[in-house]
Amino acid sequence: MRVIQISFVLAWRNLWRNHRRTVIMLAAISVGAWAMIFMTALMRGMVNDMVRDGIRALPGHVQVHNPLYRDDPSVSNLIAMSDVELAERFSSAGIERFSARVRVPAIISSERESRGVTLLGVDPIQEQSVDAIGSTIVAGTGLDTAASNGIVIGRKLAEKLETEIGKRIVIMSQDPDNEVADRGFRVIGLFEANLAIQEEAFVFAGRQAIQEMLGIDDRVSELAVMGDDYRDVRPLLATVRQLMGTNDEVLPWNELDSYLGSMLAVMDGFVLVWIVVIFLALSFGLVNTLVMAVFERVREIGLMLALGMRPSGILLQIVFESSLLLIIGLAIGNVLAIASILPLRGGIDISIVAEGMEMFGASSILYPELQASDVVLANVVVLILGFFASLSPAWRASRYEPVEAITKV
Amino acid sequence: MSAVRCIDLCKTYRQGDQDIKALDHVDLDIPEGDFVCLSAPSGGGKTTLLNAIGGLDVPDSGEVWVAGRRIDQLSKGDLAALRLAQIGFVFQAYNLVPVLSARENVEFVMQVQGIASGPRREKAMAILQEVGLEGLEDRRPAEMSGGQQQRVAVARAIVSRPALVLADEPTANLDSVTSGELMTLFVELNQMHGTTFVIATHDQSVMAYARRLIKMLDGKIVGDIDQQPG
Repeated sequence: MRVIQISFVLAWRNLWRNHRRTVIMLAAISVGAWAMIFMTALMRGMVNDMVRDGIRALPGHVQVHNPLYRDDPSVSNLIAMSDVELAERFSSAGIERFSARVRVPAIISSERESRGVTLLGVDPIQEQSVDAIGSTIVAGTGLDTAASNGIVIGRKLAEKLETEIGKRIVIMSQDPDNEVADRGFRVIGLFEANLAIQEEAFVFAGRQAIQEMLGIDDRVSELAVMGDDYRDVRPLLATVRQLMGTNDEVLPWNELDSYLGSMLAVMDGFVLVWIVVIFLALSFGLVNTLVMAVFERVREIGLMLALGMRPSGILLQIVFESSLLLIIGLAIGNVLAIASILPLRGGIDISIVAEGMEMFGASSILYPELQASDVVLANVVVLILGFFASLSPAWRASRYEPVEAITKV
Repeated sequence: MSAVRCIDLCKTYRQGDQDIKALDHVDLDIPEGDFVCLSAPSGGGKTTLLNAIGGLDVPDSGEVWVAGRRIDQLSKGDLAALRLAQIGFVFQAYNLVPVLSARENVEFVMQVQGIASGPRREKAMAILQEVGLEGLEDRRPAEMSGGQQQRVAVARAIVSRPALVLADEPTANLDSVTSGELMTLFVELNQMHGTTFVIATHDQSVMAYARRLIKMLDGKIVGDIDQQPG
């Protein structure tokens, strides 16, 4: 215990023996730690934004479908229960954020253009609870009830169709008998989404109007359920599966959109690689500093060994010295990173490259996301790898022969 | 009882293409409480013999006994423990840890021995007073003269009451007055505490303090003289 104490005191004092070298090394570690945390926060922000946008487009953390729906998303493959039954069952189970939707492929035609879209028949009140795209109305009004006869389309789609608020468009799809089902709707609102592709892909109409058009009574093709945290949907998934029984397919968002689902895992791996790469660059400086520190103190080390300090005490000194450097450097780096991320919480406008970013499903405003787990990971990885990096010079120092070390010139 | 006993000690160093015999069949017996000077010209083998006695260097052949224990076959860890418990060292230079104060340098050995801070500090202050460094205990080596530094080294060497103190050219970097003061201190400590002193030197004035003068040449003992300290 007392050897630990004296080793620590010696490590601390030796650290400040060469102020300039220590300050330079601390600056390198601090900047490294800052870069690790800051860049990770930016990447996390971008990926989480992509995931959230993806979940809004799905929407929901968990979805229920007919088991055949995902292979054939047609009106023939509907959920067994009616929208009324679904609402009753979920409300009585205490789940408030869900939306029963009719979701079918359709053709939308203006007087000038036609486009293939995904037609969504929704209850606007339920829809708000799942935070789906289509709720950001930038012109006109949104749907007011599930019985609404209007239609809300994306701003980009309106441009492509060369239509506008108040004009009529025609929606065409298939009914369960494979007959054409069509109906005219008046455009009552335009929505905006983070991604232009979403503005072109989805159109929203009242659920009852679509059910009538398709002749499917009060049946729906999709139930979207929202939980509290998209990173952990297992409890919600279990509850929904219990409520739905085995007739329908209940899947979490990361299985429904496997690309999106893999993003988080890829990001976790990427963060680790990023941290390790920065550390490797740092480790050269760290090892060099320790080697120099040991080289300058060969005679002292020999003296301590001659006086009876065991090699483990010498090893401990060098490891303490490295650990102190790392701890102080990391602490400064953490403060710098937090201080530089907090003012950017309102978002960073990256619209200059946003078109390129859209290819990856990211929006033009980047919100850095500081996750405690990333900060902990960066610190723990640097400390652990730093410990191992310091072992080599520490081991060499502890293996000196005292008689040779004392006479070293 | 012998404080130090060397039997047929041999040590050869390789320097370039040449083998240099640093110790050539050395036999030596130093009783407890003795005050011995090892005298030899440079390269005569006195430092090698001192290192072998102190467990800092391992002889090629022969036996080294310290305080009744054979040490030439001990492991590094056991040698470190032996040095810590039984032997005090005073080297020619680089004797102190620069980042520690005089008191902390004196406490160093006791701290490694595991002595609690209270008694450790008390002993360190007492010994610093004994070697005439009262009031300088918080100074670091760089803030002290060469003589004061050597006194701190002596204080550290004797503070835990080792059976044996080995000093290698302890006065080499000191002026004659400081050198005399240091040797007087050694003699006093030898007489007061019965500590065995073995001092390697080629300084005639230092040899004058010894009760026994062992002369070495080319790794061999060529003279062993009992004398009246001057």
